[in-house]
Amino acid sequence: MVDVSKGGAPGGPGVNLTKGQAISLEKKGGGTLTAVRMGLGWQAAPRRGLFGSRTREIDLDASAVLFADKQPVDVVFFRHLVSDDGSVRHTGDNLVGGAGQGGDDEAILVDLQRIPVHIDQIVFTVNSFTGQTFQEVQNAFCRIVDETNGQELARYTLDGGGQYTAQIMAKVHRVGSGWQMTALGNPANGRTFQDLMPSILPHL
Amino acid sequence: MTAELVRGQNHPLPHTRLEIRVTAGAPVMACATLADAQGTVGGTEWIVHPGSPSLPGIEVSRQAAAGLRFHVDLDALPPRVHLVHVLLALPEGVGGPDRFGATAAPFAAVTSTEGVEVASFTLTGLDSETAVIALELYRRQGAWKVRAVGQGYAGGLAELFGDQGLPQARAFAAGIQEAVARHLASAVQAPLPGATDGGRRRSEGLPLAPQPAPAPQSAPDTVPPAGPPSSGPPSSGGPQSGAGGAVNYTHPGRRTSTPPPPPPAAEPAQPGRPPRPVAGDATGWSMDERLYNQVWGMFEDLARTTAAYRSAMDFAESRLDQELDRVLSDPRQRIGGAGHAAREAARAKHDQLAGRAREVLDRDLAQLVAESEVVEPALPPAYARWDNPVWHGYRVPMEIPMALRLGDVHLPERPDLRIPMLVRLPLERGLWVDSGRSGSEAALMMDDAQLRGLAMDTAVAHAARLLAVYPPGEFTVHVIDPAGSGARSLAPLTASGVLDQPPATGAGGVATVLATLTQRVDLVQMAIRGGAAESLPPGLDTAEQLLIVNDFPHGFDDRAVTQLRYLADEGPAVGVHLLMVADREDASAYGPVLDPLWRTLLRVTPVPDDHLADPWVGHAWTYEPPTVPPGSRVLLQILEQVASARRSWRR
Repeated sequence: MVDVSKGGAPGGPGVNLTKGQAISLEKKGGGTLTAVRMGLGWQAAPRRGLFGSRTREIDLDASAVLFADKQPVDVVFFRHLVSDDGSVRHTGDNLVGGAGQGGDDEAILVDLQRIPVHIDQIVFTVNSFTGQTFQEVQNAFCRIVDETNGQELARYTLDGGGQYTAQIMAKVHRVGSGWQMTALGNPANGRTFQDLMPSILPHL
Repeated sequence: MTAELVRGQNHPLPHTRLEIRVTAGAPVMACATLADAQGTVGGTEWIVHPGSPSLPGIEVSRQAAAGLRFHVDLDALPPRVHLVHVLLALPEGVGGPDRFGATAAPFAAVTSTEGVEVASFTLTGLDSETAVIALELYRRQGAWKVRAVGQGYAGGLAELFGDQGLPQARAFAAGIQEAVARHLASAVQAPLPGATDGGRRRSEGLPLAPQPAPAPQSAPDTVPPAGPPSSGPPSSGGPQSGAGGAVNYTHPGRRTSTPPPPPPAAEPAQPGRPPRPVAGDATGWSMDERLYNQVWGMFEDLARTTAAYRSAMDFAESRLDQELDRVLSDPRQRIGGAGHAAREAARAKHDQLAGRAREVLDRDLAQLVAESEVVEPALPPAYARWDNPVWHGYRVPMEIPMALRLGDVHLPERPDLRIPMLVRLPLERGLWVDSGRSGSEAALMMDDAQLRGLAMDTAVAHAARLLAVYPPGEFTVHVIDPAGSGARSLAPLTASGVLDQPPATGAGGVATVLATLTQRVDLVQMAIRGGAAESLPPGLDTAEQLLIVNDFPHGFDDRAVTQLRYLADEGPAVGVHLLMVADREDASAYGPVLDPLWRTLLRVTPVPDDHLADPWVGHAWTYEPPTVPPGSRVLLQILEQVASARRSWRR
């Protein structure tokens, strides 16, 4: 495990994760987390040259795949916004990204207490539905927020994006009676989460 | 969950039957333009506006108001239509503000037909504009989505239509303005000066008891004395803007200066225990609405919690199967104790997971049972079971409640946890009480006559409840009982005098009733289409109509069947509903011709039957009809009160 280093401004919340780094989702000062939000935000990179103000729309989609013992059991994405058990909810598809506000453009809410007992891992992915690679995206990030108080627990920046259209962001998995998050940050290619399944399986 | 859209943002639409609600700081009118895949508006006949308010699948209000709502059925739109723009414009020459900047930002929301908000958009930043494209509904890869647009036009509708490529935009826009002005001039006086919320009269600011007391929620004495009920067509949405062009500029959402009473707060939980549930612990402007939302919340929670349990159990089973298979296929484990130990280990894993799943389910069920125990006694009559004491304090209401209880639903995991099945009023579809043997155990235990009698009793109980929760004179029941076989079941209705006409018998009676109702639907539709509600004949009964049909298709000729299908299709939109008591087998001679009729009706049963699916996970729920406690006279007593209120209302 990599050292957890404080990121951002001094005293700023959260932790900037690096690939493969794991953090425990336990509250500072005891108590376990009850609800977390996986937020995704991005902006389309402006085009160079003439008509540079005309940015092209980029549609990134956040998805969460629920696994029980390495078998996919349920998926939450823009066509299935709530897991059958109601514990994981997607706030809805955003087709264009943020206009620079820096907030979450898509978010997936996870009610950790209500996740069915057999679900032991949840993998979060990001896909470019419109097919642009992450080179054309700027200010993209994925973060985990404690939904009960809005505090940012961890942030993963998607910059330095390469020639790929998807990323397996992170997984939240059971450890003992609590949950832990591991940043994965693995590039992949695909339009929706289905295309990513082969790339997800090695991370379980 | 509501998505609050910002300009340019879009959101998928989970249903194709939607309602669009608009509130603004001043009366606005709504129009909609339809366009094909290329975004071309085919001409003025592709536009719905106050002068020509309906096209297949979409209908807007004929008037300008500060609160508007209208229905969209995306499936019913012509297949060529790929794009629907929802426009708002300020009416001209009626003394209102002359630009959107002079009033509060308009707010538009897309909701399901149950009123659950899907997406909303506040049109901020408007200034000198007098017309604006608020929302865009569009087809993308076969699915519909909504996008927040917010594009304003200082040149008003004329400029907006011109932008959409309409050749005579200016004259067309002027025609719309004229239609609105004409309508405002002839607007009906709003009968109730009380608070209105989206066209539904409701008393706000009722002295609400926060404790779950079985107090009747409708307190007639706090409502100002009502004049005759609204004589506008039943489908007109939105609050009426005052008479004679005097426009009421108050925001419907801010009609009262005092906020609605806060929902009863749950007591702080004891550490380590879930909070004690409280009745009315949901959002809403009135206790009725809060309880409605709470009941639907319990319904969803039970559906989801059971889904979690079932999926955990399925997983445990399939993992056990796989592991046992593996043990069997491994030759080394076939002999000796290793195989035995492996099997035991697999079973232990299964039992451990199953035990934990059951533990979580029991925890959730206990919470829902506790909630149900406080919610049931607090329900108003329209939502309450027949054995609820609230019926003893029943008084004829002055306003239509939000919803009606059609029965209970439960799941096999906890049969005693019954969720009220509430449907919105006015009814959106007719009802069908199935008197056939549908395969449910309870139906197989009975003989034919018993089942039919029970079906008719159930239908009468539904009709009685509808009569009881509507204000006097706003709900009329007709009965067709061709062979007179339902006479015993119908006794509470006939004896109490709530029926205007005795049940129609014989082929002649069937024909007369159907002809009257068909003519009514046709007249009201014509009046709505022509924008001339005031030209309806003076004798026309403006109440909602319910037609109980027993023994279908006995006594029906082909013409009567066709009329019945017409009523089923066209009736609900103009307040005419069917309550069929029928065994589908009896009508099998008609073949598939009647399938659409059965499909348009909501099927309920006279005995418990697991045929209802929830909208979230699709579990099969067991429906139980509401039963009057044996020996209880509650039904008759209430109908007598209704009948006497109807008599004094008519005088």
